[in-house]
Amino acid sequence: MTALQDRAATKKAAHRQRTRLSPWIVVVVGAVIVVALTYTLPPFRTYQLATVGAYLCVTAGLTVLTGLNGQLSLGHGALMATGAYTLALWQNKFNLLPVGILVAILVTTAVGAVIGLAAARLRGPYLAGLTLAVAVVVPSITSTFDETFNSDQGLSVMLNPPPESMTNEQWQAWLCWGGALLTVLVLALLTRGRFGRDMKAVRDDETAARLAGISVARTQVAAFVVSAACAGLAGALFAVIAQSVSPGAFPLTLSLFLLMAIVIGGLGRLSGALIGAVLLVALPAVAHEIGEAAGSQRLEGNLALTFFGVVLVVVMLAAPGGLASLRIPFKKKGH
Amino acid sequence: MDRFVFLTFDGLSRGAVYAAFALALVLIWRAARIVNFAQGAMAVATAYVGYSVADATGSYWLGFLVAITAGLLLGAGVERVVMRFVDHSSPLNGVVVALGLVLIIQGVLGMIYGNEFRPAAAPLSRDAFEVGGIALLSRYDLFVFGAVGAVVVLLTLLFTRTPTGLRMRAAAFAPDVSRLLGVPVGGMLTLGWALAAGVGSLAGMLVIPTELGLHPTAMDIVFISAFTAAVLGGLDSPIGAVLGGLLVGLLLSYISGYLGATVAPMAVLALLVVVLLSRPDGLFARSKARAA
Repeated sequence: MTALQDRAATKKAAHRQRTRLSPWIVVVVGAVIVVALTYTLPPFRTYQLATVGAYLCVTAGLTVLTGLNGQLSLGHGALMATGAYTLALWQNKFNLLPVGILVAILVTTAVGAVIGLAAARLRGPYLAGLTLAVAVVVPSITSTFDETFNSDQGLSVMLNPPPESMTNEQWQAWLCWGGALLTVLVLALLTRGRFGRDMKAVRDDETAARLAGISVARTQVAAFVVSAACAGLAGALFAVIAQSVSPGAFPLTLSLFLLMAIVIGGLGRLSGALIGAVLLVALPAVAHEIGEAAGSQRLEGNLALTFFGVVLVVVMLAAPGGLASLRIPFKKKGH
Repeated sequence: MDRFVFLTFDGLSRGAVYAAFALALVLIWRAARIVNFAQGAMAVATAYVGYSVADATGSYWLGFLVAITAGLLLGAGVERVVMRFVDHSSPLNGVVVALGLVLIIQGVLGMIYGNEFRPAAAPLSRDAFEVGGIALLSRYDLFVFGAVGAVVVLLTLLFTRTPTGLRMRAAAFAPDVSRLLGVPVGGMLTLGWALAAGVGSLAGMLVIPTELGLHPTAMDIVFISAFTAAVLGGLDSPIGAVLGGLLVGLLLSYISGYLGATVAPMAVLALLVVVLLSRPDGLFARSKARAA
């Protein structure tokens, strides 16, 4: 009997140890792997690696918002655009990249706070509809204020050449993964503490959370603001990689892709955000190759679109249990 | 003043389309408690079908009928094949699946027809009649009013005067009791989706010639406007959807007319924010429909 109990206890301890892997260790190991990869991969793969890092910033933030807090946002593409445009405007005026990235994060955080304040009062389809509207409005903002944003053509981003000791792709990968690992570290530390517990409590049962003394609105706004900051960083990094920004780079489908990435990756887990970010880079690349092999330009982008859609629908239908963390209390009419 | 009168009529014509589209959203919401985020994409898909038929046969009206029939079938198909199997314990699941459908439909349309805007001709003249020197309505505007009005009347008759309408209402409001009384609840749900998608297709056919033309994402902004109209009306109320649609149409017409067309989408966003934050139950809803 005691042997059995002992075994159960060690099993439990092992389990606990596995789930409580320190985020510091993960980040250090991640950094070593990325640096090693940048010296072994060919330039194009290194560039793709950089893109994964940039995507990871926003998918990690969205995982926290949707998976842990139960708020669905389709406006994160627009928030990325905010970060990207801010960086472009800053660079073309001051050409000081580290400050520019910081400013991009701050501006996006402010915009996210405004949306978040509205979002905290909305549920389910209403929040989705509002954030969808935010995503759709981006091109019309750039054409209305075209002296600043230059309509559909967008802006180019002024950048200094990378340090001489490394290639452009290596520099991009280091920069993006620096941002990504920092994001993951901050989010992991944040969500492991009181803030994470509050968010899950709000997601699972708002009334109970309120009874326990948690401010529901404050928690929801905070979650939105944190994930907006991540989206701003991702947008700024995208602007650096592409060296240009335009509304075409941030269509509604980008927001839908981000949603797909976090749903497939497994909501609520930061490791899921990494899987999603890899898929966001890998699947279009595969679709591109299929399109080229078939010799059809029409196939190229649309194949990825269709595939992402099918995956999203199939995952939602086949494994709704895996999406348990998405559940928010569904209050029936009249109760 | 002339301009104001013209913009008012133009706004009502636009608003009629938003009203039809909002009505489609309300139909599905009442039947299944889902906001169909794929509605815009579904309408575009059937419009492509309609215009393909019109091009092939040379008859716009045949294409028009085919588009609406395709809408009915697509709606029924989406409910039978996909939506029926969604886990409804969270309202977000249905939203995510609908967004997946958006990607699928836009991707497939892009593969078949390409991603450039294709011209879509209106069947009737869009030049406005002039009365006393003031431009009022075009033949096409009259057609839009007639088509949307007919749909509203037919739906009202269906829901209030026919046994099928009674069954559909019963199935939506008390599915368990209805099933015990022998109402085929699943069938009613399929019918509800078919009707809603048919109305959505009609709205798509009506609005596409007045916008840039056919494009896989042509209905994105129309969807947002119609969603705003439906929310304005309370999402639960067909009358609210129609009035909401007309209001949104008028507002957008004035804003595009006086401030420029690019400002209109931002105005929709602003209106949506104001409505959601100030009158979260809509202007016409009775009970707390918003809790979901």
